[in-house]
Amino acid sequence: MSTALVEIRNVTKHYVRGKQKVEVLHGISIDIPKGDFVALMGPSGSGKTTLLNLIGGLDQPSGGEIVVDGERIDRMSGGQLSDWRARHVGFVFQFYNLLPVLTAERNVELPLLLTKMGAAERLKRANIALEIVGLKDRARHKPKELSGGQEQRVAIARALVSDPTLLVCDEPTGDLDRKTADEILTLLQRLNSEYGKTIVMVTHDPKAAEYARRTLHLDKGTLLADSAAAA
Amino acid sequence: MGSLRFVWASLWRKKTRALLTILSLICAFLLFGLLQALAVFFTAGADFVGASRLIVQSRVSFTDSLPLRLLPEIESVPGVKAVSHDQWFGGVVGENTPVFTFATDPARLRVAYPEWVMGDAEWRAFEQTRTGAIVGRVVADQRGWKVGDKLPLRSNIFPQKDGSMTWEFDVVGIYDGLDASWQSQTQSVYVNHAYFSEASQFGGGLAGIFAVVLEDVNRADEVARAIDARFLNSPYETKTQSEKDFNKGFFAQIGDIGLIVSLILVAVFFTILTLTGNTMAQAVRERIPELAVLKTLGFSDTRVTVLVLGEALLLCLIGGFAGMALASVMIGGLAQAAPQFFGAVRADATVWLQAVAAMLVLALAVGLPPALRAGRLRIVDALAGR
Repeated sequence: MSTALVEIRNVTKHYVRGKQKVEVLHGISIDIPKGDFVALMGPSGSGKTTLLNLIGGLDQPSGGEIVVDGERIDRMSGGQLSDWRARHVGFVFQFYNLLPVLTAERNVELPLLLTKMGAAERLKRANIALEIVGLKDRARHKPKELSGGQEQRVAIARALVSDPTLLVCDEPTGDLDRKTADEILTLLQRLNSEYGKTIVMVTHDPKAAEYARRTLHLDKGTLLADSAAAA
Repeated sequence: MGSLRFVWASLWRKKTRALLTILSLICAFLLFGLLQALAVFFTAGADFVGASRLIVQSRVSFTDSLPLRLLPEIESVPGVKAVSHDQWFGGVVGENTPVFTFATDPARLRVAYPEWVMGDAEWRAFEQTRTGAIVGRVVADQRGWKVGDKLPLRSNIFPQKDGSMTWEFDVVGIYDGLDASWQSQTQSVYVNHAYFSEASQFGGGLAGIFAVVLEDVNRADEVARAIDARFLNSPYETKTQSEKDFNKGFFAQIGDIGLIVSLILVAVFFTILTLTGNTMAQAVRERIPELAVLKTLGFSDTRVTVLVLGEALLLCLIGGFAGMALASVMIGGLAQAAPQFFGAVRADATVWLQAVAAMLVLALAVGLPPALRAGRLRIVDALAGR
């Protein structure tokens, strides 16, 4: 019996653009153990974001199997996947994607609206998540009142608040300067080492990948190499 | 933060745009409230007027008066309990302010209209004073008229025999209504027909309408037909109908109020529909990545659809209720300022229910297309900006 949190078996993905069928992933197989921190690297068009979307349940594979924490997510309907994402996955995007009309704590609270939690409990948890990312004092600020790094911290708090099994990060430092990027990556590393969060991160930045335990290289939809980070 | 607060926050994403849209909705529902209240008033007639009375008028038009000698003939029709008669006097006070004035037989008025309440002494004074006039409470309060006053009324139709258009009456009574509805109708002045008939250069011995009190309201149609049959092929053919129908017909002279109001409202709501619809569509278009994020976080298609629809509903409810509240206040103000015209017009439960229905329909019409679009968003495409 496998102990991997994420099991990807012979996954393929193609899109149809007009009359053209575009093959994006060709029979990818990966195991990601619980508590791992994996960086997915590769040039543009290599299929890394597509693979991340499949792992996060945002899209369905054309073929193969994806099992996360024992559940076959490739067989789930749209509604089941929504529910599954709410319970199991936290997402961090390159451009933070916070809702500008809500304060930091209200943004963090969003995933908890899908639970039966009371308002007071939701706010309490949102503030705990903000405290973990070091932004408790900015809870009442709106995104436009925060710096890029702070916005990304809020996005990470939002991803954490429902205590997901898996954190899925798509170029989380792509829009940040080096220093801020290092702070964010250190935070992700801490979430992995201290809180045991399993993290899959897409990046094209080798320095960012150094923060991961393991780096997977993709090119033209094929897995090239699987290397453990030096540090 | 519940879903409602989230919808509220989303609504105010672009404050100026939201405010302008709400203002346009307020204007639309203000118009709706005012016009619909008028339409209900005009098309329903005075609903409190029952079918216990019939009104007999000339078949040609009620402006074509009938001779008073028809009265005993009408009285003799089986099923008729009592008859009174009114002649439109065309009263004017001040510069050119109309006051609804009718020349009538006091004793017959008292019998035919028990809804007008006044003391015995005042009724007797009205019967016995040739220049006597009784004034409705609403108009008396408005003009400060009281018993004992001399009341100079100009007629814009009937000159006196000396050529003067100004008639002088003595206020001998102030009448009230039997209940709140009738009280709001106490906006007329009645003068003694005997005096009018004798002193007028012309029009003496005529009545614009006869009000017929029935012995049995269930025989209204039968009695109406019998009265009209009595005068068929005579020089004074009649048209007899219930008081309510008469009132409707009276207002219909102005035009088909219901149709006019409907056409105006269709134009208003079509404009609002396109305006608000465009606002909602634009608001959703701008937020596609945000909506995709919600779906990423686990919000289902249905939930996202409901959130967007909720936004349209909230927008329409805010604008709608504010507009209707404003309309109610304005109608109240109009009723106070000009009770003779607007005293009985009000934004009642019917108008409010129609308004709420309009808000819901509008919200669905403007909210459903973008809401469905939001619900159908493919996360991967939306996040990639496709």
